[in-house]
Amino acid sequence: MILSELIDYGTLRLIWWVLLGVLLIGFAALDGFDLGVGMLLPFVGRNDIERRVVINTIGPVWEGNQVWLILGGGAIFAAWPPLYAVSFSGFYLAMFLILAALILRPVGFKYRSKRDSMRWRSGWDWALFTGGFVPALIFGVAVGNVLQGVPFRFAEDMGIFYEGSFFGLLNPFALLCGLLSVSMLVMHGSAWLALKTDGKISWRARDYGSVAALITLVLYVAAGAILWAYISGYRITSAIDPAGPSNPLLKTVVAESGAWFANYAAHPWLLVAPALGIIGTIATFLALRSGAEILPLLTGKLAIFGIISSVGVSMFPFILPSSIDAKSSLTVWDSSSSHLTLFIMLVVTVIFLPIIVAYTSWVYHVLWGKVDAAQVTDKSSHSY
Amino acid sequence: MEFDIVSLSRLQFAITALYHFLFVPLTLGLSVLLAIMETVYVMTGRKIWRQMTKFWGTLFGINFVMGVATGIVMEFQFGMNWSYYSHYVGDIFGAPLAIEGLMAFFLEATFVGLFFFGWDKLSKLGHLVATYAVAAGSNFSALWILIANGWMQNPVGSAFNPQTMRMEITDFFAVLMNPVAQAKFVHTVSAGYVTAAIFVLGVSAWYLLKGRSTELAKRSMTVAASFGLAASLSVVVLGDESGYLSTEHQKMKLAAIEAMWNTEPAPAAFTAFGFPDQEARETHYAVHIPMVMGLIGTRSLTTPIPGINQLVASAEDHIRKGIVAYDALQKIRAAGSEAAVPAEARTAFEDNGRWLGYALLLKRYVDDPRTATDAQIKAAANDTVPGVLPLFWSFRIMVGLGFFFILLTATFFVLSARRALDHHPWLLRVAVFSIPLPWIAAELGWVVAEFGRQPWIIEGVLPTAAAVSNLGAATVLTTIVGFVVIYTVLIIIEMGLMLRAIKQGPEPDTEPEAILASPTIAPAE
Ligand code: HDD
Ligand code: HEM
Ligand code: HEM
Repeated sequence: MILSELIDYGTLRLIWWVLLGVLLIGFAALDGFDLGVGMLLPFVGRNDIERRVVINTIGPVWEGNQVWLILGGGAIFAAWPPLYAVSFSGFYLAMFLILAALILRPVGFKYRSKRDSMRWRSGWDWALFTGGFVPALIFGVAVGNVLQGVPFRFAEDMGIFYEGSFFGLLNPFALLCGLLSVSMLVMHGSAWLALKTDGKISWRARDYGSVAALITLVLYVAAGAILWAYISGYRITSAIDPAGPSNPLLKTVVAESGAWFANYAAHPWLLVAPALGIIGTIATFLALRSGAEILPLLTGKLAIFGIISSVGVSMFPFILPSSIDAKSSLTVWDSSSSHLTLFIMLVVTVIFLPIIVAYTSWVYHVLWGKVDAAQVTDKSSHSY
Repeated sequence: MEFDIVSLSRLQFAITALYHFLFVPLTLGLSVLLAIMETVYVMTGRKIWRQMTKFWGTLFGINFVMGVATGIVMEFQFGMNWSYYSHYVGDIFGAPLAIEGLMAFFLEATFVGLFFFGWDKLSKLGHLVATYAVAAGSNFSALWILIANGWMQNPVGSAFNPQTMRMEITDFFAVLMNPVAQAKFVHTVSAGYVTAAIFVLGVSAWYLLKGRSTELAKRSMTVAASFGLAASLSVVVLGDESGYLSTEHQKMKLAAIEAMWNTEPAPAAFTAFGFPDQEARETHYAVHIPMVMGLIGTRSLTTPIPGINQLVASAEDHIRKGIVAYDALQKIRAAGSEAAVPAEARTAFEDNGRWLGYALLLKRYVDDPRTATDAQIKAAANDTVPGVLPLFWSFRIMVGLGFFFILLTATFFVLSARRALDHHPWLLRVAVFSIPLPWIAAELGWVVAEFGRQPWIIEGVLPTAAAVSNLGAATVLTTIVGFVVIYTVLIIIEMGLMLRAIKQGPEPDTEPEAILASPTIAPAE
């Protein structure tokens, strides 16, 4: 097809790298507060009515938000097939835990209030807690491992071999990243609750949220420092052809300390990303304390944007470095789909993403306003 | 079954997919039925239709979340258990999956929140739009996933790229317009409609038997019977279309479904009954109906349908060509650069490249297909025959149920036209006991489609055995056990809630019907 030649292969790959970031940030910024609310549920809601208020703040929206995760999976499959193949088979048991936890959420939201028994309900509350905590933790742990390099290699026929173990994933740096991810999403969830609830619930949420913001700040700075001091990054040593075939084995790569900071040295403006991570987190803390309504949510999204994009920017052009066979590492230039597939998927995305954003905004607009006890106890309201 | 990684991965996929498809058909069909009911409400203003929409909506919701929960697992499974597959065909296969998310899941999942929470926040018309969006979203999702699945049955619009060692897209339009995908879409979606229709019919019949909520039940039955009749006619007619297409694209699958061991002179007979014996390659106690098979399979009286033995012989030929392609591929890759590729390797690959997948069938027996012995080639050719007995019977049960559904829905259609729905309690009982049958038909349909494709994961391109991730058997076993435990607990809970909601019945509508009976004076809500 001639049309696809409109955009050259290298540019398309770059665009898809950005879109990958958009999807992951979209997931963290939208489904992230749902996960955070799930984690806060047993603590912020002290009795059944309060817990129902908490659940009903996300009741109508969590489902749409979760599609960001699903689309993330689908888009990685379509645009970065080797990444999809290597990471999900490599992190096999971790993925299983994420899926097992995520399965609990749809069911938990819907089924919890269908019976009156307290045991039933508190069982689901903890299920919802797990459904928020486990994915948040493991996503962070996964990022922590990616930054250190993952033990996989390609065979000659591109068969994928992973030589790590599940417990190997749980190293100290990765766990730190996992806790960072948990605290970041708790911070975000509490900002949502501060906006959508009143009185006691909202103040409790603000308290938990401001502690989470402080923890996020400390862990983020600590992670950056450890990355700087102890963890080597990776660098491509052969010539780079942005339009070359998607075959990772054609290049050479070395592990090198400080390589994850080379992009900032070359382009200092990129420091905007980590700066936003830090400033956004501090601003969220202040906004939560000040009693502002919508501000903590916005600054929280800014913080998430900064933190996640700083990981992407540090590693660029690497997507998934290999710790046992450096040349197998996946980079932006050699692990994408074909030129035509990237082009088609871009066209589809350009058409549908704005439509999605439009109707999602409309739905949020329709549902605008606080949720309170009177609403959830009104039978005709169909609340959870 | 031996517990090697391939069988375990297949088992895992089969369990999770069949489980997902317990919830999918009801979502597909009920979302459309809800849209129909609510349309009647908005057009006539009669409250009972709103009450119906809400009541069936509650059951829809209980089922829907299970569909979502199990769907998430499906989305990530290809990478987890089928990593070579994901690498090998992700360039083509990933696209419909991603488009499904963009076009269908967002629509369905965003508006389903409004469907449940928006009754008091939206105008009548606004709420109807939300319901339509949910129905459209779930049906679009079926379209895209079946385009992906149809491509696995009939891999059009793509070519192997020696540089990247994978299949890459050459013609996206061909992937979209794949006739197999289109046939599958219509057949599967109609199957969903049948499922929902019979569900509504059966549950309503129960209310009539109990003498409860009879107004709501009768109206629901009228909608369900007519919708169900149209859908079951479409399932049967379009099921035949699937059969017709497999003659063209998946000859072996068709031969196995029919237990046609040898090519018969056209038009072939249809074996209505029998016990296929895979070892002996014959069918015991077979009952034949002359000519019917030839007519279904080829729509002609003169085209012969090839039998299993003949197809095995041609598979052997394809394997030999595949070995030539495999050899050429090694030379192309060894050359390093495009320019250095020897000319004869290039032509050899051009001529035989489409049979490359057949060489990979030998990987079960030898590491390098080029060193395979004749005996190994024969064994690999024999492997192209799927399990005949399960296919033969799954297909016949599905088809038999298809005809039964036509009869059932037609009967209730007539009864409802005569306003005699509650005149024959035994018929109502039949309707109640028919509730599980569409699920049986649909699950068996997938067994026919997917088991019939074995040993291929992508027909003619990639054998299932080559597609798995390099995982330990114990690891996969762990997750199988994990999923089975979680799924079993959840389905018990789901069924419990479903039965409870049915027993509770519709909420009484507190507002008096009289004021609202006429649309002209219906107050805006
Ligand atoms: C013919 C229809 C059909 C088929 C063959 C499949 N699905 Fe499905 N899927 C649906 C029809 C559907 C649906 C009707 O649209 C569901 C059921 C309940 C629901 O919420 O949407 C759904 C839900 C659903 C979800 C959750 C979506 C959400 O959050 O709204 C995911 C991620 C998948 N599916 C993914 C898959 C994958 C990867 C499949 C292939 C292996 C698959 N489905 C087979
Ligand atoms: C939800 C409906 C589906 C059901 C019930 C279903 C059923 C099955 C079954 C029973 C198997 C096992 C066959 C065997 O190993 O003998 C299987 C395998 C498989 N199916 Fe499906 N399938 C469904 C949808 C799909 C779709 C839509 C796709 C692709 C888009 C797909 C891709 C696969 C793959 C990759 C395997 C594993 C490899 C194999 O055994 O062939 N399935 N499926
Ligand atoms: C006379 C009736 C029927 C005929 C001739 C028929 C034919 C077929 C055929 C040939 C396939 C395999 C397609 C393939 O290999 O890819 C199939 C699959 C399937 N059937 Fe049927 N079928 C009938 C009735 C039904 C009924 C009543 C249901 C469910 C309510 C159903 C549900 C399915 C499903 C879900 C599949 C798998 C998806 C697909 O491959 O399209 N079928 N059917």
